[in-house]
Amino acid sequence: MNHSLIKFARKLPVSGKIGLALVSFWIVIAFIGPLLAPYSPGAFVSMEVFADSSGDFWLGSDFLGRDVLSRLLVGARFTIGLSLIAVTIASVTGTGLALTAAVGPRWLDELLARAMDTLISIPSKIFALVLVAAFGSSLVLLTLIVSITYVAGNFRIARSLAVGLAQLDYVEVARARGEGRFHIALVEMLPNMIRPLFADIGLRFVFIVLLLSGLSFLGLGLQPPNADLGSLVRENVSGLGEGALAILIPATAIASLTVGVNLLIDAATQGKVR
Amino acid sequence: MNAAPAPHIEVRNLCVTVTGPDGAPLRIVDSVSFDVARGEVLALIGESGSGKTTIALALMGYCRSGATISGDIRVGDASFGNTSPTLAQQRGHRITYVAQSAAAAFNPSRRIMAQVIEPALIHRTGSPDEAKARAIELFRALALPSPETIGNRYPHEVSGGQLQRLMAAMALITKPDLVIFDEPTTALDVTTQVEVLQAFRRVFREQEATGIYVSHDLAVVAQMADQILVLNRGQVREQNSTAALLKAPADDYTRTLMDAAHPVVRAQEPVARREPLLDISNISASYGSVDSAGRPALPVLSGVNLTIGRGGAVGVIGESGSGKSTIARVVAGLLAPTAGNVLLDGEPLAPTVAGRTREQLRRVQIVFQNADVALNPAHSVGDILGRVLRFYHGAKGADAQRRVARLLDLIRLPASVVDRRCDELSGGQKQRVNFARALAADPDVILCDEVTSALDTVVRGAILDLLADLRRDLGVAYLFISHDIATVKALCDEIVVLYKGTRVETGLCETYAAPPFHPYTDLLISSVPELRQGWLADETAQVRAPFAHLSERPDLCRFLPRCPVAIANKCDMTPPPLRRLSGGNVVLCHRTEAELAG
Repeated sequence: MNHSLIKFARKLPVSGKIGLALVSFWIVIAFIGPLLAPYSPGAFVSMEVFADSSGDFWLGSDFLGRDVLSRLLVGARFTIGLSLIAVTIASVTGTGLALTAAVGPRWLDELLARAMDTLISIPSKIFALVLVAAFGSSLVLLTLIVSITYVAGNFRIARSLAVGLAQLDYVEVARARGEGRFHIALVEMLPNMIRPLFADIGLRFVFIVLLLSGLSFLGLGLQPPNADLGSLVRENVSGLGEGALAILIPATAIASLTVGVNLLIDAATQGKVR
Repeated sequence: MNAAPAPHIEVRNLCVTVTGPDGAPLRIVDSVSFDVARGEVLALIGESGSGKTTIALALMGYCRSGATISGDIRVGDASFGNTSPTLAQQRGHRITYVAQSAAAAFNPSRRIMAQVIEPALIHRTGSPDEAKARAIELFRALALPSPETIGNRYPHEVSGGQLQRLMAAMALITKPDLVIFDEPTTALDVTTQVEVLQAFRRVFREQEATGIYVSHDLAVVAQMADQILVLNRGQVREQNSTAALLKAPADDYTRTLMDAAHPVVRAQEPVARREPLLDISNISASYGSVDSAGRPALPVLSGVNLTIGRGGAVGVIGESGSGKSTIARVVAGLLAPTAGNVLLDGEPLAPTVAGRTREQLRRVQIVFQNADVALNPAHSVGDILGRVLRFYHGAKGADAQRRVARLLDLIRLPASVVDRRCDELSGGQKQRVNFARALAADPDVILCDEVTSALDTVVRGAILDLLADLRRDLGVAYLFISHDIATVKALCDEIVVLYKGTRVETGLCETYAAPPFHPYTDLLISSVPELRQGWLADETAQVRAPFAHLSERPDLCRFLPRCPVAIANKCDMTPPPLRRLSGGNVVLCHRTEAELAG
């Protein structure tokens, strides 16, 4: 496993290696970030707000005089964790429904497709606003909202892939052999959809990071004292005028995470990397 | 004028190099040199992978990405390299290209005329009106129907053979010096191929251009080329004038190619009367919707009968659109017939897969034409075969492995391919695996849908031999579907000729050796190119069809609009009777045996 991972990394083009480095960096941070944090993320430790970097506060302080580095190390876990869970739920549900639609009877296909069209026509931010307003903000609800928002897009892509594959001769052969729908969907079709699906998952992960950050920015995401990268940007927005590190660093963090994921996915799905 | 003018094309030590799978440079064209005199046609012939298309593309100064060209190429005053004029500058103007698949080469969303005159406009060889006038002239020369208006259609509104000729018009519009034909008729039916070849040759003579004709079919090349260059694995095996090469091939490989052009399979011992295994009775089928009376809008098969004996081989031939693949799909249960039924050992089979027992499914296996899409690229050879063994025979673990090894042995592949994925195999190997998957079920009958059509002649011969051996050793029966009568004759005991979903002739293989035939069978047989020069006539019998103006009607003989021997007031009034001839074959025709023999 370890060996094949190294081989995979070696075969990647330069852009892919940069992406892999960025992604690995953020994953490591998500796991051990809180252990590295020099201060408690909620503690008011600096006497100065929007301080520049110094020996005590490497990345300066925020609008309340909290340590930016500590808050970033803790906040990254929320952004990455929530996005990963949400993208997994969205993709598994979307692809599962798409395969059901592709091998199922026509009425089911039609029903699912129209239901997804309905879902896709609801603006995601408004949808989130309404649900948060109705049920109050919680981690579980946030994850669910974000997953549901992105199921429809994944469904459409996976369904068009599956419908294309369903016409191919090897699927016909399996059908003529008398294979069940389950086998056809999971063994004959799914392995041939993985590559484009991963490209889609990468994009969706980025959208989810941005949506979560956007929601946090609006104050609907994670509630204080917790903070993800998006809320870090929002709460320090008043420092924008003076170019405070407290706002630049979380913004750069979001950018590097999304760019890294995209670079990696692009490189991994383009060439013949196995 | 010099006594010996310089040749139009000079190629010296042409090498094309790519990076091989192991990272080392791999020469796909290796030190190839040849000359072509002005106005002559040189054929590049060889199997797939022989580098023939690569050489043809190199003559336009082009190679696929990742490949590099070295050596000297000179065409007229242009040469490969950086000194002007380069080959690349003349591409599309003085040097033009006709690709194999016209259907893929035309843009489906633009009218044909706009695309045909595009090279003339890009290279500014004339005003749009002049280009259009020349295009119409070319359409007429290429014997296209209604030359004035065909340009206003879209590519999907004309037939495959017409599209191929239209692409030739596109190549000739700039009055090129050199035209490269890359397998232009390979994707066409034999009957269409004859028309297209005739049109190409006629126009070519008028244009006085030099030609490069790339093909794997020696018989086609014999009609078109003055010189033949035989290639194998990127190297020249032999170059000679067509007449000399056909008469006395000097190289072993050339002889292999010539032998493969006429597949001969060791004869089966004649079986007096095979007990019927699969009985297809009165099958009708269609795609798309049916009207209120249950009649389909587009019948693909109407009332087809066919019986396959145990261990027998029945061939079905016809052009594309004759419904021959539909028969296989109906028998396999992939398409429900609108009428009629399929009997296996006297027991009726359910119309679709869902209603059949696993045992019934096991006994009837289908093999598709194109192994590239018939084998799942995500699975290894072992997975593919193992799945069938587990599904039908419950074989697992060591037992399954042993059976997979035995299957690979049967189809003569090394046991090491078990772990390979199908995209790592060659075309012939893939087709063997495709076939082994059907064999894994241990079936009684295998439906072979054009299994040899996508293969080179040499590989095709090997696959046919394999099929014949398996039939002898395992006693499996075949329903063998093909558009190529020579292939069918080599393998089958009985042949059914299908035209537009109706059976026009049925008979034992031997009855197809000499007339009398149904007029359509006659057309099919006479359309197969023969391996001699001068086989291709300048006109076809088609032109003489007396009812060419009539549109096809399902209640009359479907062949009527194309039939050269149709009888007025009979063929256009009443449906044809089934007639049993003295040779034992049954034909659907108004003409009597004596008339058909004449």
